[in-house]
Amino acid sequence: MTASPTSKRWHFSPLELSQQFKRLLGALTLLAPSGLWLILFLVLPTLLILDISLVPGLRPGESGDGYGLGNYSRVFNPFDAAFDSVYLQVIGRSLYYATGTTLACLLMGFPVAYWLALMAPRRWRNFLVVAFILPLWTSSLLRAYAWISILRPSGLLNSFIGWLSSGLPGVQLPEQAWLYSSAAVLIGLTYNFLPYMVLILYASLEKLDISLLEAAADLGATPRQTFWQVTVPQTLPGIAAGCLLVFITSMGDFVVPTLLGGASSMTISRLIYNQFLGITRNWGLGSALSMVMILAVSMMIALLLKYGDRDSVKEA
Amino acid sequence: MMLSKYLSGILLVEMSLGNSAAIRGTTLIMSQTVSPSIALPQTQQVLDVELRQVSKYFGGEAAIQNIDLKIREGEFFSILGPSGCGKTTTLRLIAGFEQPSAGMVLIQGRDMSRIPAHRRSVNTVFQSYALFNHMTVKDNISFGLRVKRMGRSQREQRVADALQLVKMESFANRYPQQLSGGQKQRVALARALVNRPAVMLLDEPLGALDLKLRKQMQVELTNLHQQLGITFVMVTHDQEEALSLSNRIAVMKDGDIEQIGTPSEIYDYPQTPFVADFIGETNLLQGEVEFADSQILRLLTPEGTTVLVNRSEANLPDLKTAVVSVRPENIRLSQEAPLNEGNCYSGYVKHIMYLGTHLHCVVQLQTGERLTVMQPNRSEQSLTPETPVYVSWLPSDCLALAA
Repeated sequence: MTASPTSKRWHFSPLELSQQFKRLLGALTLLAPSGLWLILFLVLPTLLILDISLVPGLRPGESGDGYGLGNYSRVFNPFDAAFDSVYLQVIGRSLYYATGTTLACLLMGFPVAYWLALMAPRRWRNFLVVAFILPLWTSSLLRAYAWISILRPSGLLNSFIGWLSSGLPGVQLPEQAWLYSSAAVLIGLTYNFLPYMVLILYASLEKLDISLLEAAADLGATPRQTFWQVTVPQTLPGIAAGCLLVFITSMGDFVVPTLLGGASSMTISRLIYNQFLGITRNWGLGSALSMVMILAVSMMIALLLKYGDRDSVKEA
Repeated sequence: MMLSKYLSGILLVEMSLGNSAAIRGTTLIMSQTVSPSIALPQTQQVLDVELRQVSKYFGGEAAIQNIDLKIREGEFFSILGPSGCGKTTTLRLIAGFEQPSAGMVLIQGRDMSRIPAHRRSVNTVFQSYALFNHMTVKDNISFGLRVKRMGRSQREQRVADALQLVKMESFANRYPQQLSGGQKQRVALARALVNRPAVMLLDEPLGALDLKLRKQMQVELTNLHQQLGITFVMVTHDQEEALSLSNRIAVMKDGDIEQIGTPSEIYDYPQTPFVADFIGETNLLQGEVEFADSQILRLLTPEGTTVLVNRSEANLPDLKTAVVSVRPENIRLSQEAPLNEGNCYSGYVKHIMYLGTHLHCVVQLQTGERLTVMQPNRSEQSLTPETPVYVSWLPSDCLALAA
């Protein structure tokens, strides 16, 4: 570059220039539809929410009290007069539900996906996968109502517990108010998102090279050692992707916590709903909470992407 | 093919004594003892791997059926056959990745029926190498020692030795994705060898390498085998590889063992037309037995060619039909009528392929058959397609096999 006085980059023959232009045009044509869609329905609305979140106490039909960080301060700054710890509690509870759901889905989903991908009879495999994701074909609202009828005080679960107690004299099993508790929310969320986890883990495990497992056994590894030292590391990207998806979607889920959770299981998505469409009607605060959630989720994605890519970073 | 000539010379001498049964016996013993590739004395009969009447079915289909195999300690044993013949299944049964449907697998005299793969003293080099791509070369090699909880210092010494053995010391901290095919092959070898197995199983170990690298690795495999004294069991479809590396070869076809023997036994004295055809190149002429005495058979092919063949090697259950196998390099090609050599036919050159040291000719006989002839390349010859030629060979230069 230093040898030639004029930088080579800018020396294009007319033919080259027209080729460059065509390439650019091609790229634009390919990217334009989804790009426009994203700008119109994702980037612009997010900017709009950011704008509203900076107007403290904005209610529908009002112009607000000018710009400021009042909404955020109400959530995060304990020295603010308007500060209420309930918002942080709600955020914490949402994270707790999302983490619990992710863990439960991983622990229950991995054995299923492993069995489907590596042990189930080959010709039944597709059928079994479809059978497993069949619940996704019904509306999540319907599934939540189904859980209500199971978990309500006179529901299936308590009837079953009652039947067990009557069958076992001397043992008094507690009949609980399952519905409107944290347990109900966790059960509902896990039920909802387990199929996604299984699908992603299945896709990952199905790609697993069986000869690697055979090689491990051949080298003297017990099935347990093979699992932890070969199977899990080999499917780590799939595990990360499954956890990421379940975490984010369960964090943002609105139906399950609304229908199965009670007053004590308020989540960030319900809180945001209340700010916009519920009784509270504080658009400014709702937008601020939305921004917090968007930021938290983006950070999770960034962290997990980095974590998931660690192997390829090491390779490079 | 000096050996073949040498043996048939002796046989001719012995045949003049008569008594074909005695000769057949003699041949059998000789072909086992004279072979140059037997590095092990016959007295050494310690078996490292034994298969007794082993069958394996996959959903009703027999992959292998009633196989008996005895692999001696320290030998380089090859299982050779076309794809789908059951050779890989045989290897997987020894490794323990499959369980036999019937029969028994023994390793060092112990029944392996209830021993899973991870408790067998064998190690496998996989066709696809099956290296762990989430581990470095060093971690791949030390995997077997780590899972057996060997102490760190001893482990590192063993890994360093193994790396040195396959000349990969400078690649210890690389990942498999950063290695070439030949380097991966070496790592796979080292990963198996470091465990000091009683038996090394190699599944088409050189199949994925280009020709030059394959030749190089063949030499290294032979060196490793001699250096370590471990029993090697190799599966291959490459007959040249099997011939050049092995002490003994089992030729398989359709789940059956066709023949077991040293490379020269297999090449010079194939027992079935399949073996004759699969190992090297051969011309097979099928015909009805027209005349037979204690020394010679005369066959008449459907095309009307009469072929004379020494009976000594023939293992014919009935004397109705037989197949004659004659190697291309045992056929003489001449433009003048040769002196009577037993089998002599006229025809013309159909195709000719120039191979440098040799000419590979297809000769169309007047009777209709085509014969492949391998002719040393001599400049005085001017063979072109359509050149009329004579082909000839001695009855002792061909074999009669059961059809």
